[in-house]
Amino acid sequence: MQKYSGFGLLKHALSHHENWQRVWRNPQPKKKYDVIIVGGGGHGLATAYYLAKEHGITNVAVLEKGYLGGGNTARNTTIVRSNYLWDEAAHLYEHAMKLWEGLSQDLNYNVMFSQRGVLNLGHTLQDMRDIERRVNANRLNGIDGEVLDAKQVQEIVPIMDCSENTRYPVMGASWQPRAGVARHDAVAWGFARAADALGVDLIQQCEVIDILTEDGAAIGVETKQHGVIKADRIGCVTAGNSGVMAKMAGFKLPLESHPLQALVSEPIKPILDTVVMSNHVHGYVSQSDKGDLVIGAGIDGYNGYGQRGSYPTIEHTVQAIVELFPMFSRVRMNRQWGGIVDTCPDACPIISDTPVENLFFNCGWGTGGFKATPGSGHVFAATLARGEAHELAKPFSMFRFHDGSLIDEHGAAGVAH
Amino acid sequence: MFYIYCPHCEEHREEEEFHASGEAHIARPLDPDNCTDEEWAQFLYFRSNPRGIHHELWVHAVGCRKFFNITRDTQTYEIKEIYKIGQQPTVTAE
Repeated sequence: MQKYSGFGLLKHALSHHENWQRVWRNPQPKKKYDVIIVGGGGHGLATAYYLAKEHGITNVAVLEKGYLGGGNTARNTTIVRSNYLWDEAAHLYEHAMKLWEGLSQDLNYNVMFSQRGVLNLGHTLQDMRDIERRVNANRLNGIDGEVLDAKQVQEIVPIMDCSENTRYPVMGASWQPRAGVARHDAVAWGFARAADALGVDLIQQCEVIDILTEDGAAIGVETKQHGVIKADRIGCVTAGNSGVMAKMAGFKLPLESHPLQALVSEPIKPILDTVVMSNHVHGYVSQSDKGDLVIGAGIDGYNGYGQRGSYPTIEHTVQAIVELFPMFSRVRMNRQWGGIVDTCPDACPIISDTPVENLFFNCGWGTGGFKATPGSGHVFAATLARGEAHELAKPFSMFRFHDGSLIDEHGAAGVAH
Repeated sequence: MFYIYCPHCEEHREEEEFHASGEAHIARPLDPDNCTDEEWAQFLYFRSNPRGIHHELWVHAVGCRKFFNITRDTQTYEIKEIYKIGQQPTVTAE
């Protein structure tokens, strides 16, 4: 792998940037691998990278039906934070946060991780009580967090309407200074490049149409383009399509797939240097390095695989943003899109073995998977390598729905749904 | 954007008047005292979540507030049929 550096940039400038090495190979699949990862998004690629790097398992293929990072990795609003209420979730997301902090160096790829802080606003007394509880829980878990009043919020975001003359006045917020945003595509590309350099085969345009089993154990997959590819272990990291994958293997998951929309404005000059989220008026906004406001909110209520959503949802989202930032009312929106998120009843992911032996799933991240990308890949790689759940992944078994040990982050955390 | 026919109001109304309430035809266990944890989990949480034909429960939330069923394609979003509670769908996946 060609190492990227400032010096390299200068050197390649002399030859008009025409001699850069390809970022990754485009190999033909082998007949058999130690591990097949289905789904070449951020989480799948991170899994492949950590399998090779931490566990020395390099005979790995990532099968992607489209192109790398073309699903929810390309469609999210890039927010990274770890201020979850319950210990299990907090440990998992904080694990990811710690990996984020060294990720650009680790991958030798600038993922543009920017720790500009995240505000989760409170608009009611109950919001503020929940915020205090969550921040206290975070601090007990070693996660940074502060409770701010409206005046302190105003100091951080001078352009936000923190007056009392609004329908839902801002009463305060939780503030996680280490949180922030990252460049979503770069995360997928960085993991892909690093995994490829360690010998992982990234197979694009390769759709899995069946999971092959023998005596209750998975032995391989059938693909549309390359026929049967065998593997000792299979990891499905297929986000919105996880239900479809599970059906191939003959079981159900506690998931429903919904469209989640986001939109960006035209690029404007720097105006917002942090991330503002509000569960109550329901919207979140940050400004990308390019200058566009990146806006998102809740899922569409119905099941859907269409990668698009309804207009009323956009309208509700924009209402909330304009309520908080009246000055944004004249900003024109540039693009709008939808991704398919696999939501779990308790708003926590599933990192788990399944009723089929040697088949593992990493799914159910719902509306908030991007922030966990490195952590998710890290613990799932360990799970695939050992054949049993990583310590941090143990509480996230799909069988928690059988014994009732749900991790209820719905509403309890800073989860915007 | 859906334009949904409410079988109770017998009128087409805009999507915002309705609320999707998930998969339809999930029968409550007949013998709840003797269900295993796994059977309860299947009833409460596990869903078919198909890519394609889906039978789902909707409620006319800010209209007549009554429930009814929709058969809809989750990929094209096309509404195939609308039928009342207690009736069976005529459009099915296979």
